[in-house]
Amino acid sequence: MNVIVEREKGLLELEQRIDQLKAHASQQPVDMSAEIRALEAKYGQIQREIFGKMTPWQRVNMARHPKRPLGSDYIAGLDQFDELHGDRHFRDDHAIVGGFAKLKGRRVMAIAQDKGRDTKEKVFRNFGMPSPEGYRKVIRLVRLADHLGLPVVTFIDTSGADPGIGSEERAQSEAIAQSLYELADAGVPIVATVIGEGGSGGALALALADRVLMLEHAVYSVASPEGAAAILWGDAARAEEAATRLKLTSDDLLQFGIVDDVITEPLGGAHRDASGTIGRVLDAVDGALDALVPVPADELRDRRYRKFRRIGSVTGATG
Amino acid sequence: MPMPEWLRLRRAQPVPAEDSAQWTKCPKCGTMIYRPDLAANAWVCSTCHHHFRMHAFDRISMLVDSDFTEIGGEMLPGDPLGWTDKVPYPQKLARDREKSKLTEGVVCGFASIGGYPVALGVMDFNFRGGTMGTVVGERITQLFERARERKVPCVVFTASGGARMEEGMLALMQMAKTTLAVRRFQDDGGYYLSVLTDPTTGGVSASFAFQADVILAEARAAIGFAGRRVIEQTIRQKLPDNFQTAEFLLEKGAIDVVVERPDLKNLLVRLLDYGVGAQRPTNGRASAPAPTETHP
Repeated sequence: MNVIVEREKGLLELEQRIDQLKAHASQQPVDMSAEIRALEAKYGQIQREIFGKMTPWQRVNMARHPKRPLGSDYIAGLDQFDELHGDRHFRDDHAIVGGFAKLKGRRVMAIAQDKGRDTKEKVFRNFGMPSPEGYRKVIRLVRLADHLGLPVVTFIDTSGADPGIGSEERAQSEAIAQSLYELADAGVPIVATVIGEGGSGGALALALADRVLMLEHAVYSVASPEGAAAILWGDAARAEEAATRLKLTSDDLLQFGIVDDVITEPLGGAHRDASGTIGRVLDAVDGALDALVPVPADELRDRRYRKFRRIGSVTGATG
Repeated sequence: MPMPEWLRLRRAQPVPAEDSAQWTKCPKCGTMIYRPDLAANAWVCSTCHHHFRMHAFDRISMLVDSDFTEIGGEMLPGDPLGWTDKVPYPQKLARDREKSKLTEGVVCGFASIGGYPVALGVMDFNFRGGTMGTVVGERITQLFERARERKVPCVVFTASGGARMEEGMLALMQMAKTTLAVRRFQDDGGYYLSVLTDPTTGGVSASFAFQADVILAEARAAIGFAGRRVIEQTIRQKLPDNFQTAEFLLEKGAIDVVVERPDLKNLLVRLLDYGVGAQRPTNGRASAPAPTETHP
């Protein structure tokens, strides 16, 4: 059960009442504006109470909100998109969508993780959990982008890489390791945006980037809260506690220097204004590319090296 | 090169006292084994050939010719998340330091193996399950950076439960950091051998463990990305016994060689020998006349 969906219920009812009252008022000679204003004020107050200050667990639920814009929605927001399929070896992984695109007129390689909206789509997309073929498709597309000099933009939203027999048989570890390895040396700019859930190595495999952006209520963590709770305490039910301890919110990660920029969401979350949010994300990606595109390839690689090189928390003398 | 105290002691092989602590039970076949015999047999059960998990010091002692110069040993982890569950994270670290006699989950340094100078990293499951936090990431990164400067091959033994939860995203980012260092080392002509030992999983297997030029695995080691329990819970069925073993990965084509521990050193020396020509000043492309950049 999604705690944000639960908390939203009262708000949505109130919203309906206001709409009804407005429709009613337009047909009646009586002045109901004072009443409407009072309800709207109440609405705003509740909204601020619920969304003004969210706990890490609420953020996790916001990131998993069933109406939250998904990877394909961002892809659909691009000017143009031509999907390229498959890893050339085994199959096309539908958890990752990628291809040539135009972002505000600029040619790019766009790659997104997508969880699927309804049940049928979720199954088709394996709930956004990529298999090795997904990462091998990423490797192929990044290589192609590098070959043609196209910047790479990625949109990250996964609870993690697929934990299944087939994925292990086809070397999930190797696929993720090689995806990181490919991004490490690409001579073109890479901009990654965490739009929902950034779950573990399965997310990082698309986020070894020159700029890492994050939506305000997205989360990005070393393991999903359920996974971390299972690893630490053998009890996935303690996910809320894990979420609190893991420091997975955009504010935390900005402070750690792991995320470069946080893109704000409308009060109530990205789904309250999906097209507006998508527009702001694409603006931010475009802005990041403006700064990166003029940088020569070697300088780009060097900066990328230094960006991740400094991330740590080590005491005592080094070297 | 200087020889650390622990290495000198292991080389001296002091005669141990005859008490019960000197006996250990093989977890596989149940045979009681006299510990000095076990140590003399490279921590392999002489009855069933079960490979015991090795302490990093024992592993290094078994491999190196005579010398070992540790690097980064003085580095200790901070507590970036201010983590506390049953006990505060710094207390867990202190307990593991005491118990394992290690300062962190990997020991790195320079040594020679069969006459070949190498940069050697050995992870140890005894320290927080070999998990990769910021210190493991930093030590591995420095190992590759310094191997690149010295132009020596890099040999890394992995043993890890994955990224260290208590250091959160800073731990996850070590996958990116180590990858960048490995890539730079190899692009510069560096030769890298990894040896996957029991167990190698999660963030370590999905970064530097699977980026080596040649990937070896010790016989019957558990190797995989997702934990066995996680997969069983996801698919709700019992997994076959050989799933995620070194032999399973060999059959699937994911690794180069499975090796029994008694054969390991000789194999490593032969593999180092093949790579002698690899340590060129550049990766070879730069010296070729007017290279035309192609993308294979």
